[in-house]
Amino acid sequence: MPEINSLYKKLANDGINNQCLQHSLQGLQQRLGKGALNLWNQLPDQQLRARAKENRMQTLEHLDLVLEELAKKIQARGGKVFFASTAEQANDYISKVARQHNVQTVVKGKSMTSAEIGIDKVLEDQGIEVVETDLGEYIVQLAEDTPSHIIAPCIHMDRYQISELFTQKLGIPASTDPPTLTQAARTTLRKKLLSADMGLTGCNLACAETGHITLVSNEGNIRMATTMPPVHVAIMGMERVVATLDEHKTLLQLLTRGASLQKLSTYVSFQGGPAASDGPDGPEEFHLVILDNGRSRILADPDFKEVLACIRCGACLNICPVYGRIGGHAYNSPYSGPIGAVITPLLDGINKHADLCKGETLCGACKDICPVENDLPRMLSLLREKLAHGDKNWDVQPSSLQERTMFTLWAWLIQHPRIYHATISLMGHLQHAWSNRAGMLDNLPGPASKWTRTRLLPAVAQKTFRKRWQEKLSKSKASRQQSGDQHE
Amino acid sequence: MTQQPTVSLFIQCLVDHMYPHVGEAMVNLFDRLDIPVTYPDGQTCCGQPAFNSGHRQSARKAALHFLQVFRDSEVIICPSGSCVHMVRHHYPQLFKDEPDLMQMAERIGDRTYELTEYLVDVLGVTDLGASFHAKTTYHDSCHLSRSLGIRRQPRALLSKVAGLELIEMENSDTCCGFGGTFSIHYPEISTAMVDEKLRTILATGAEYVTGCDISCLMHIQGRAQKRNLPVQVVHIAEILSHQGEADHAGNK
Repeated sequence: MPEINSLYKKLANDGINNQCLQHSLQGLQQRLGKGALNLWNQLPDQQLRARAKENRMQTLEHLDLVLEELAKKIQARGGKVFFASTAEQANDYISKVARQHNVQTVVKGKSMTSAEIGIDKVLEDQGIEVVETDLGEYIVQLAEDTPSHIIAPCIHMDRYQISELFTQKLGIPASTDPPTLTQAARTTLRKKLLSADMGLTGCNLACAETGHITLVSNEGNIRMATTMPPVHVAIMGMERVVATLDEHKTLLQLLTRGASLQKLSTYVSFQGGPAASDGPDGPEEFHLVILDNGRSRILADPDFKEVLACIRCGACLNICPVYGRIGGHAYNSPYSGPIGAVITPLLDGINKHADLCKGETLCGACKDICPVENDLPRMLSLLREKLAHGDKNWDVQPSSLQERTMFTLWAWLIQHPRIYHATISLMGHLQHAWSNRAGMLDNLPGPASKWTRTRLLPAVAQKTFRKRWQEKLSKSKASRQQSGDQHE
Repeated sequence: MTQQPTVSLFIQCLVDHMYPHVGEAMVNLFDRLDIPVTYPDGQTCCGQPAFNSGHRQSARKAALHFLQVFRDSEVIICPSGSCVHMVRHHYPQLFKDEPDLMQMAERIGDRTYELTEYLVDVLGVTDLGASFHAKTTYHDSCHLSRSLGIRRQPRALLSKVAGLELIEMENSDTCCGFGGTFSIHYPEISTAMVDEKLRTILATGAEYVTGCDISCLMHIQGRAQKRNLPVQVVHIAEILSHQGEADHAGNK
């Protein structure tokens, strides 16, 4: 096996060689990926996605005002709102709330933003028990693993692995029957949900007009996590907000369809503050943490602002042919798939995540499936430009001198056709040592070996098209001349 | 037929060097249609490898060269969807701060067509009198199908080829994993992708896989031959120019 010099390549390789993962990904993409495309084609209103995008971009245009409106409405109901510039500020705030309430156990709703800031470890380091209540997340947590899909966190595991895990961690009799396994998790989680001191969730959408946040789920865990514990803390990326209820309605339709082909999820929870004094439902305290953590910089860049329109439905993962082979762990980030390949470098460093920017084929499937028509390939291409030439605004170091020299030389050749064709012809002469009978090259040395290790390469033709054309021209000229001679 | 404008061949670099018979097949097609053909000398590469690698300054130089070479061409025809996509959609981006060049790029982009698109949408031809007696499956290459929206045209042409039985593969528009320099930088992922493509190709039982982009076909062929799989690749231009019973694809 050749040496693998990057974590992305190593993890991708692990994914490719993981039979269980391959089987799951095949099913996921066949069902959800194709299904979402079909749903979009069947939408009675074919302009819905374009309009949703337009609304998203409008809201992003004056995000500060929309967020202020959201905060005011929530505060008016007695909720507390905290704007966190960084992950650290968000973690500090949530820790402080936990300390104030002497929290022993936190029950969580599935949230990628919570993974982005790393809150679990921060709370656990303070001796607080953190329990995921989404079944997939719970399984991943028990396995001391990380999610490999933003909607289906344990897609990389099958029921046999889950059975083994539950037998070991929950002490249940061995069973590979999914309902039995689910019931075992439910029994354990219900106790936690009823006794926890704090619920910590993400936020799928927030609506400024009404001053609430929206959470979708299919398991009912969100409803319990947001209403049973005395304190509910929700954390949202600052771009989750929409201005109006009308925009909210459109995005909710697109979100559940894109995520799981559902017209609506089984549960939709709306939270906008603590329980009212005259009503028993809801937490005693409600906190909303609005997270920036690099999003302002994205918002300020017209080239990348579009990525903030994303509603995190995960549809792009379900269609991406790269994700479909390597799985989510290869991205080494809470955000995997095409959206992860764009948002992770922007949030966490472009040079640091160069492989995510370069490791796709720009096939465009993610653009077609995106409910808000985000052009992720365009943004990947721009990230690559920053990596090639460097970019001060984004603190990007340019690519190696060797790479830049190579492309400069290449561009020079392109502009000098005679030398270009002579170079190709020289390659044609040098290739014989590697050529097989069918005119295909194998076992090439140097960088070309990266191709020929797994694939043959056609040899340079004895006569290029250009030469054949020139011969054809001179032949027809000769025959014209000949026929001209005969006529004379 | 009224006199059609002279077609300037924009021969993708891979066709020029490795698959010259695909270019010849195109010439045959236009000869058969009695359409004058020319090959602007000096053409090299459209710049796509540099563009997709982020090296836009180098890609811009290639684009400038292209604009120069094809400056006077009335109609530019290319046997590759991704090269047409490059010229039509990416050239204007490369000159976004240079209005004159941008306008020139847009005008050239408007005159640049992929082969099957030109035949079907502009010339209104689907039956080219071709015959190709083989079970064949068709790969929708990414930029061709998604960015240029060309899916119907190649199928319309293939449907008129005598003896050709078109068997659609599952997920025909899933990427083959070539991706230009991606195939060299990420060979393991690229190979896993082409293996999935080959799985769907082989499931059709077709003897040939065809398409409008030689780069994808080269990738599929390279992997199929490395694995000794029983499927051959043939560019759609070769099928359309082929006549007679036996001896299918024009080999080098």
